Amino acid sequence: MAHRLSHLDTLASEAIHIIREVVAEFERPALLFSGGKDSAVLLHLATKACWPQRVPFPVVHVDTGHNFPEVLEYRDQQVNKLEVRLVVGSVQEDIDRGSIVEQPVPGATRNRLQTFTLLRVLEENRYDAILGGGRRDEEKARAKERVFSLRDEFGQWDPRAQRPELWNIYNTRHRPGEHFRVFPLSNWAELDIWQYVEEQHLELPSIYFAHRRTVFRHSGMLLAVGPWTQPRDGVASEQAFEATVRYRTVGDMTCTAAVESTASTPAEIIVETAVTRVSERGATRADDRFSDAAMEDRKREGYF
Amino acid sequence: MELLRFATGGSVDDGKSTLIGRLLYDSKQIFQDQLEAVQRTSVARGDDYVDLALLTDGLRAEREQGITIDVAYRYFSTPKRRFIIADTPGHTQHTRNMVTGCSTADLVLLLIDARAGATEQTRRHAMIASLLGIRHLVLCVNKMDLVGYSKERFDQIVDDFTGFAERLQVYDLTCIPISALAGDNVVDRSSEMPWYGGLSLLDHLEGVHIGSDRNLIDLRFPVQLVIRPISNEYRDFRGYAGIIASGVLGVGDEVVALPSGFSSHVVSIDGPDGPLQEAFPPQSVVVRLEDDLDISRGDMLCRPNNRPNVGQDVSAMICWMAEAPLRAGSTFAIKQTTRWARALVRSLQYRLDVNALHRDSRASELELNDIGRVHLRTTAPLFYDEYRDNKATGSFVLVDEQTNATVAAGMLRRPTL
Repeated sequence: MAHRLSHLDTLASEAIHIIREVVAEFERPALLFSGGKDSAVLLHLATKACWPQRVPFPVVHVDTGHNFPEVLEYRDQQVNKLEVRLVVGSVQEDIDRGSIVEQPVPGATRNRLQTFTLLRVLEENRYDAILGGGRRDEEKARAKERVFSLRDEFGQWDPRAQRPELWNIYNTRHRPGEHFRVFPLSNWAELDIWQYVEEQHLELPSIYFAHRRTVFRHSGMLLAVGPWTQPRDGVASEQAFEATVRYRTVGDMTCTAAVESTASTPAEIIVETAVTRVSERGATRADDRFSDAAMEDRKREGYF
Repeated sequence: MELLRFATGGSVDDGKSTLIGRLLYDSKQIFQDQLEAVQRTSVARGDDYVDLALLTDGLRAEREQGITIDVAYRYFSTPKRRFIIADTPGHTQHTRNMVTGCSTADLVLLLIDARAGATEQTRRHAMIASLLGIRHLVLCVNKMDLVGYSKERFDQIVDDFTGFAERLQVYDLTCIPISALAGDNVVDRSSEMPWYGGLSLLDHLEGVHIGSDRNLIDLRFPVQLVIRPISNEYRDFRGYAGIIASGVLGVGDEVVALPSGFSSHVVSIDGPDGPLQEAFPPQSVVVRLEDDLDISRGDMLCRPNNRPNVGQDVSAMICWMAEAPLRAGSTFAIKQTTRWARALVRSLQYRLDVNALHRDSRASELELNDIGRVHLRTTAPLFYDEYRDNKATGSFVLVDEQTNATVAAGMLRRPTL
């Protein structure tokens, strides 16, 4: 028998090694779970890394209040199945408390606001390492981030002061108040995620697969007609219509767009992903379209 | 499908980012929206043509200054292989990035400008690749279009570089004449250079044999985590989790635990997807033993008659990565496999002059980006092999105990008596 690993097995072993390193070297780790496919794969790998123990750290969800109901349902179902502890940080509560102020525009995105809630939850629970499903192929600023990415007392990322990261020897030392964001899926690409979902028969929120939905076009993107997003009155190009769509990423309903697709299984999505000509964030995320450096700026502020 | 990781090196204007942009673009990994963003930036800057280098420059300062600051990781795949590129900047002061990129690479791709030939920087990067134990070197002589696709020029550069590489430990050197800008010999063979009988760069990357690069002989299993579930179902479960650093471990094998020296037999091995009869690098597994030995994180399993070196006085080549220079007498935290200890730099043997491959034994310190040979005394014994034989057990990092910064990458040498 040849001693060869497939690329997926290699990536999975690498991710498990990173998760175990977190369990071994940190006192209060947690896993950031959005209900999206990357965090689903991450949680799945965490169960493998800790097997046959239950995942010994909590799962943190930052609830913007603008979530897809299918995603919240999926979150609760996974948390129950794996018997992990769920910690929810509510952006709405922070708004109600007056800690953050929402832009007075109907359907304003809460993308930037969630950074405050995330940092508050991290601080209140004194987490010293947060596992996240970020991938380097997602975006140019992410491509330069370390697997173990140090954040200062304010949760900020300083791209120019990153520690060199050599071999698979991770330097986890930090001062009190600082914490690490840890990205075990750094080296995974979108296609790897789908191949792994298929191989492992992972469950995902239903919105990832083709379904009928009432949508409208807004600056070239297909947004769902929902409580926070409606076509503007009198704008002819924003006529609502019903279409067969799926989502490539899961974010807020206000800033996540659908793509027209009939792919209803991971295998069909893999075929589509292999030939698609638009990146997943470019196609579907209004939050990354503001400028070439949108992600870099948000990361500097403490965003994931 | 197999995974190939490679790092890129070369001087600032050799066209590295353009080549990567070309590989991604021609292998259809660049998405339309990413290309349009690059086109917009190129137009705004007044470039004559679309600058594919912009695809890899991720940070604002990089785009503004047109330079690459940090290692950027890029991903693409073909039907034959899945690739990870560590794109390392070409500035002299960023040697530490080259070391970082090489530390996880199977292969290094060096770019040379056909007009300039091999520079100091090319030699420096080749030397770092050799030091980091990279077995496969690909020399891409770029900008062949600017020298009239001249065979003579290519042969001259190759001959010159081969002369230098003879003094390094390079097992496999492949030289390819290319034009990243025009796409010659990158994905497809170029019609401009009928005299070149070799493969295109991508064909070479798809085919190069890396299966033998791992050490499958010397079993080393550094214990990463002891798993003892607190549950009724697994009441007596005691598993040792970690990555197989080298060698092959099978169920039933006799193993010795270090530092205790007690031996036992492997009862079971569990991989990510279930029980295995055999495990090999780089698999993450959980190993159970017949006997209840006292084993904790940082310990190592090996075979009774094939053990690593065990010692507190070690000799190593290090690449210094901090602004403040290294002097003998300093103390650091050291991490090697899954162990942390403290290390005192007892002496600096020499500083390596990377350009002349000359050893400067009068050097009293190592500055940022210097490479040198040191003797260390550690507070706890290390279980290690010579880096050349075993990257996983022969590598370490030094960490500044005040700032917690990673200040050196180290490669252990065999003990000298």
